[in-house]
Amino acid sequence: MSLFALLQQASPVVPAPGMEHLPQPASEGAWFLATIVKMLITFTIYMVGVMMVIWLERRVCAFIQDRRGPNRVGPHGLLQSVADGVKNIMKEETYPGQAYLPLFVLAPVMSFLPALLTWAVIPYGAPWDSKWGTIDMALAPLPVGFLFILAISSLGVYGIVLAGWSSNNKYSLLGGLRSSAQMISYEISMGMSTIPVLILAGNVSLSQIVQQQAGFGIHWNVINTTVAFFVFLIAAFAETNRLPFDLPEAESELIAGYHSEYSSMKFSMFFIAEYANMMTASALMATLFFGGWDIPFIQWDNVAPHTFLKTLVTFLFFWLKVMVFVFIYIWIRWTLPRFRYDQLMSLGWKFMLPTAITYIVVVAGADLGLQSAGIYPDSWKFAGAMLVLNIVLLALIFGVIDRGRLISPAYSRLDKRDLNKLRQARYERPARLAPAPIEGGAD
Amino acid sequence: MAIGVKVLERPIEQTSYVRATLKGMALTLKHLFEEKVTIQYPDQKWPLSPRWRGTHRMLTTEDGKAKCVACGLCPTVCPANCIKLVPGEDENGNRYPLVFEIDEFRCIFCGYCQEVCPEEAIHVGRHYENSEYSREGFVYDLERLMAQTHPVCEMWDPADPKGE
Repeated sequence: MSLFALLQQASPVVPAPGMEHLPQPASEGAWFLATIVKMLITFTIYMVGVMMVIWLERRVCAFIQDRRGPNRVGPHGLLQSVADGVKNIMKEETYPGQAYLPLFVLAPVMSFLPALLTWAVIPYGAPWDSKWGTIDMALAPLPVGFLFILAISSLGVYGIVLAGWSSNNKYSLLGGLRSSAQMISYEISMGMSTIPVLILAGNVSLSQIVQQQAGFGIHWNVINTTVAFFVFLIAAFAETNRLPFDLPEAESELIAGYHSEYSSMKFSMFFIAEYANMMTASALMATLFFGGWDIPFIQWDNVAPHTFLKTLVTFLFFWLKVMVFVFIYIWIRWTLPRFRYDQLMSLGWKFMLPTAITYIVVVAGADLGLQSAGIYPDSWKFAGAMLVLNIVLLALIFGVIDRGRLISPAYSRLDKRDLNKLRQARYERPARLAPAPIEGGAD
Repeated sequence: MAIGVKVLERPIEQTSYVRATLKGMALTLKHLFEEKVTIQYPDQKWPLSPRWRGTHRMLTTEDGKAKCVACGLCPTVCPANCIKLVPGEDENGNRYPLVFEIDEFRCIFCGYCQEVCPEEAIHVGRHYENSEYSREGFVYDLERLMAQTHPVCEMWDPADPKGE
């Protein structure tokens, strides 16, 4: 079908008699046009957003360190990223002689694309009941949206591993290996931590997950499944290779890890990918746990008629939430030092994974118990009961489990006897280091 | 265990991660709103010490001539050997410098020339923005030294060590 024919089809939808009060599906032409517009808007906002987030990172970092940060290019330095981008395009590209070029060139793209693809399914505004039918404010409102995200986000590791391997540099390779180990470990906890959300929503479609949380804000999953949110938050940090989980980059140990051999715009691509991943993870947190585009404390955004104004306002609220999480990302980065590798693994496998799995059981049990008691997920009683449960669980985790056991440095690596033996060895050393007696002696 | 990690055993009840993290985050948040210490250089400048020794300046008399009498003390005392002085004499028998050049690249800014000058003519100045496009640009001749307008260094006075 030609574009012209599609445009002709983009005519107002006339509802069938008696169906006027229901949302009408968009006509084919309107859907096509809306998708093109949404693609443009999403991509533009996303890329500009990445630039702004890079600026924000540098500004917040500077402010935390009592500096001012970039404030020369444009108002408050807002155009700094543009200047850097222009500079990086102008710079010479270097290729290491021993690198495997096809993958070396492909790797930056591979690390950037998954972050971008994820945005296709995230709903960023209330659906708009236009006169051409209902237009979903997600680029591709997939019924299996969440599974799509899990599948695509696990592709992100390829870019980093391939970059590390194809550079033919030992530090790059080490960075790539670390990142693969880290991402695989934390992806499991990440997936597990979202299952309670799916249990409550009863669906894997992201728009359904958002709809289920809509309301005054009491049905947000952060209240229903707080522990899962914390696990997801930590896993998201590890997934995006942000401090305190930036072992793949680890400037002090691995130079710059997987991207040490990259220069000019290819390096920039990794840089953009990092921030793109950060924004995607923030958007996921906002969608899964903070009600997506839902505005708290008022019902205005959840009831018909779904005008364009509502779409715009909810869109702004969604971005507000995303930016809050981006800020938390930056804030934590400039607060915490990097983990050691064994601490990273012990946190991921010994704490996060068991917690996430246990929490699935807890939430499923609570859901079943409350529903059989006649309290359904859309009532405030349900939210209250879950809140009490979560507060108890959090108190348990932060007050009792977080006593040197959470990620304590290798707390159980050594047997007590071995530890004592080690200590003994240390005390024996002075005897060995004592100066040799002077032979013959001084007169 | 394949790898033994050195463990610092601490009392269990004193160690935590989440609370330590929150404490750290509170600290960084406090710094976020604290006053910034950056001096934004081209717009704001750090006040120089009155004893700052920077590029030279030749003071002039009221009629616009250099105070220098070409006595030759400053090239003698200069440890970096950066002052070139060719003395001349006018019809009244007054000595004046025919050539007076200071190579600011060789200069180590010790300030001996100012200390030794009997006429208080040559001074090191309170000035530090000296960039040039060529090495030759750093050889200041008499005209340039006289044209400088920056404040001059107040040398350390042993009788008044704190400059009060």
